[in-house]
Amino acid sequence: MDSNQVLDAGTPARTSAAKVTVHIDGVPVTVPAGTSVLRAASDAGVKIPKLCATDSLEAFGSCRLCVVEVEGRKGFPASCTTNCEPGMKVRTQSRKLADLRRGVMELYISDHPLDCLTCPANGNCELQDMAGVVGLREVRYGYDGDNHLSIAKDESNPYFTFDATKCIVCSRCVRACEEVQGTFALTVEGRGFESKIAAGPTDFLDSECVSCGACVQACPTSTLMEKSIVEAGQPDHTVDTTCAYCGVGCAFRAEMKGNEVVRMVPHKDGKANHGHSCVKGRFAWGYATHPDRVKKPMIRSKITDPWREVSWQEAIGHAASEIRRIQAKYGRDSVGGITSSRCTNEETYLVQKLVRAAFGNNNVDTCARVCHSPTGYGLKTTLGESAGTQDFDSVDHSDCIIVIGANPTDAHPVFASRMKRRLRQGAHLIVIDPRRIDLVRTPHVAADFHLALQPGTNVAVLNAISHVIVTEGLAKEDYVRARCEVDQYEKWKAFISLPKNSPEALQQATGVPAEQIRGAARLFANAGNGAIYYGLGVTEHSQGSTTVIGIANLAMLTGNLGRKGVGVNPLRGQNNVQGSCDMGSFPHELPGYRHVGDASVRELFAGLWGVPIQDEPGLRIPNMFDAAIDGSFKALYVQGEDIAQSDPDTRHVLKALESLECLIVHDIFMNETAKYAHVILPGASFLEKDGTFTNAERRISRVRKAMPPLAGLADWEATMALAQALGYPMHYEHPSEIMAEIAALTPTFQGVTYEKIDRLGSIQWPCNDAAPDGTPTMHEQEFVRGKGRFVITDYVATEERTSRKFPLILTTGRILSQYNVGAQTRRTPNKTWHAEDVLEIHPHDAEQRGIADGELVSVESRKGETTLRAVVTERMQPGVVYTTFHHPESGANVVTTDNSDWATNCPEYKVTAVQVTAKAKRSSWQQGFDSFAGQQESLLPKGALFGDVR
Amino acid sequence: MDGAKLVRMANQIAAFFAAEPDRAVALQGIAGHLKKFWEPRMRREIFAVLDAGAAKGMSEHVREALVAHRKLLEPAAK
Repeated sequence: MDSNQVLDAGTPARTSAAKVTVHIDGVPVTVPAGTSVLRAASDAGVKIPKLCATDSLEAFGSCRLCVVEVEGRKGFPASCTTNCEPGMKVRTQSRKLADLRRGVMELYISDHPLDCLTCPANGNCELQDMAGVVGLREVRYGYDGDNHLSIAKDESNPYFTFDATKCIVCSRCVRACEEVQGTFALTVEGRGFESKIAAGPTDFLDSECVSCGACVQACPTSTLMEKSIVEAGQPDHTVDTTCAYCGVGCAFRAEMKGNEVVRMVPHKDGKANHGHSCVKGRFAWGYATHPDRVKKPMIRSKITDPWREVSWQEAIGHAASEIRRIQAKYGRDSVGGITSSRCTNEETYLVQKLVRAAFGNNNVDTCARVCHSPTGYGLKTTLGESAGTQDFDSVDHSDCIIVIGANPTDAHPVFASRMKRRLRQGAHLIVIDPRRIDLVRTPHVAADFHLALQPGTNVAVLNAISHVIVTEGLAKEDYVRARCEVDQYEKWKAFISLPKNSPEALQQATGVPAEQIRGAARLFANAGNGAIYYGLGVTEHSQGSTTVIGIANLAMLTGNLGRKGVGVNPLRGQNNVQGSCDMGSFPHELPGYRHVGDASVRELFAGLWGVPIQDEPGLRIPNMFDAAIDGSFKALYVQGEDIAQSDPDTRHVLKALESLECLIVHDIFMNETAKYAHVILPGASFLEKDGTFTNAERRISRVRKAMPPLAGLADWEATMALAQALGYPMHYEHPSEIMAEIAALTPTFQGVTYEKIDRLGSIQWPCNDAAPDGTPTMHEQEFVRGKGRFVITDYVATEERTSRKFPLILTTGRILSQYNVGAQTRRTPNKTWHAEDVLEIHPHDAEQRGIADGELVSVESRKGETTLRAVVTERMQPGVVYTTFHHPESGANVVTTDNSDWATNCPEYKVTAVQVTAKAKRSSWQQGFDSFAGQQESLLPKGALFGDVR
Repeated sequence: MDGAKLVRMANQIAAFFAAEPDRAVALQGIAGHLKKFWEPRMRREIFAVLDAGAAKGMSEHVREALVAHRKLLEPAAK
């Protein structure tokens, strides 16, 4: 249910260029054609009572409360379903209208519990408000007739209740589930008095509901109500901020009671989410005050020593002296840092500055290394900029959408809802994925083609698609010749036309029938606006960068860059992956993707930072691990990442961490990496600091402090203190000053200020003199690099091969309710839906191995073994199994290998040859994990954690 | 650094650039990539492997690129 403070115009805004002028109660108002009388009245400042109408949903016209009189017309039309017509004169108040509205309210209230004073919606209930607005004073029917007041409350969902006794069957929830979320989980069952909202055969938890909260948001009563509000009551103030989960970057209103969050409500004006949310952002914020939060800084000499709780000053001082000691002993380049894609732009900027200026080397990297680093390489090489080309709104204009290596309904659910809406409107869909992801067939959406390729053959499939387009004369030659390097195109064209790139030649490798490839290619090439969306199923391969290049080649070939509805759209995993990359977190690049080898760029930074910048690239994360084992890398500062859980080949990673003499972990929890640390600096959650995040559409949005840092310092303040202790003082009073420095040094951020973000709501970079309000669509007139560059993408099979011993391919990924390593979501009721990682396996493979659904099975690769519970499902194709890495004890990365993308070292998470066997016991690695975890917990002092009651 | 692993990584880089029909351009691509993305100790190590005659399994493209572009790639002495 929405807060009273937020204006609800009743029906959605229209964008028609044609305008219509009407008079509402004598007030002239001009609106776009197609606007409802209800919305026009709202624009004119005239409030018409309403219940079933809300501006996030198309008008339905069922409650009859918004009736009006229109001059020259008979009857009393509902203003929500009546569109404005030129010259229309509308009257919103009359004795007759008042009687009608009062009559409607009488009927509603006659079947409604009169418990307003104890109702959780008290103070924020549209039904209550409307009773007051229409002047309801009595209910002539009494309260003793047939009613629904004895229906039991459905409390199955961990986050909200469904109390049918308060339901007015306005169907806002049903329509929200359909129109906004696109899940179609809710329905109105029965007719007349028997009508009721149903979420499936039993209850909400057992239904198709994905707990996005759209229904709760839409409900005008307390029928659907957040449990947090039931418990805490209505908020006393709000803080606008940005979600800290996926790369969609939804705008939220944190509703607060003092320093406590009582509800997170998606912001209607949020340009990334337009008032929508998912189960993570909307509900799974409780981790921020979870008892496991680290409360105090701690230090120890060896990882077998007990932790010693110390002051911030002592912890920072110890960390700094260790870094300097190690550099004195092993050299300047023996230390490094890792920035976080969960922290703000300002914080990642400071960490890379700390490494480059205070450590004096370029050994800084970020978790994008293990997700979207190939995006940076591939798009910079072909288009000239390491970022997606569109805004999310662009999908509204797409005619054909390719989704390759992405599962938006799970990993980017708010954008997926938007995409599904466009698909329901008739846009075509091509899914390229080894799994039958939900998008392949979901209510009212069906892919035209599902190219269920073998993992590791993305390049082959893309080459085959481009081959068809070129050899069948479907390429947009005029576009290519005007916008791209022609010599390079001709070279590429000769390559892609080779018979070896035909669908027929490649079908044995890809497993995709040639005719399907040809059909998909023709569909995409002939669509008006073709858009490509991709995720980690593209990047996390040995040919991840080649695939990104192949995607850019395909977009250029079909003329699908530089306008709305088209483009190359990387769906970023974590909230600030784009931002952390923008901020110079890669070891070879300073902020703004400028190579450290460029003397003019180094000079710019050296001038402002007052120290020389090294001209050679630093170590990437996997190289840091190798160098640590080699003995030339001895200290690491990790902010907001859990490399021990998230990075591949766990044994190798742990060996590297054990080789370090000083590991500084700066995090909100004692994560897996912290078990190998020597210094703990308590982190601050996104609710505890100011800053900005940049989402997958390059949108820079404000993160605003809603409560003080639980451990006393925001992350940027702790990094600043470390720099100071290292003898490199930084002077910032507020993150806005850090952003001012970023803007001064980075051409694409030149026009960005906090004041402008506050004024515009958010800004998509580039934002500079050429684009003072930002850039929704890139490469409109020309590519950032000038002419687009086609690059040859030869398909090279991965070195990770199946064999008799390891006959299956394991691919890993994410699910809706959990996020990344699960550090946040595991500490929320989201574990209701995913209490453990499981292994999805095709029935054929399961039967061959005698594996039953729900049974514990062994998963073994050349690198290691773990055990998982099997889920037998036809979502998988035979020969391919799938799991997630949200729970550390699952050990998914014990199994994955250190093979990686040739260009960026992004790990090949998506292809590991494994064997799966039945009736397993917990693996030796897992037993060791349990034992080590217990030992580490015993080394924590009492009171180290926020909720410590030991 | 693990020399064998670096050779494997270099071979993977070479496999991408080897698709370029002009061999000189391909070698330049390999060398440019190593210069741009490999930290000096990694480049130092792969030259050590090459010079020790231990480059078993190193692709011809990599070997040629290292030899042809040694001046560009070899880090300054520590």
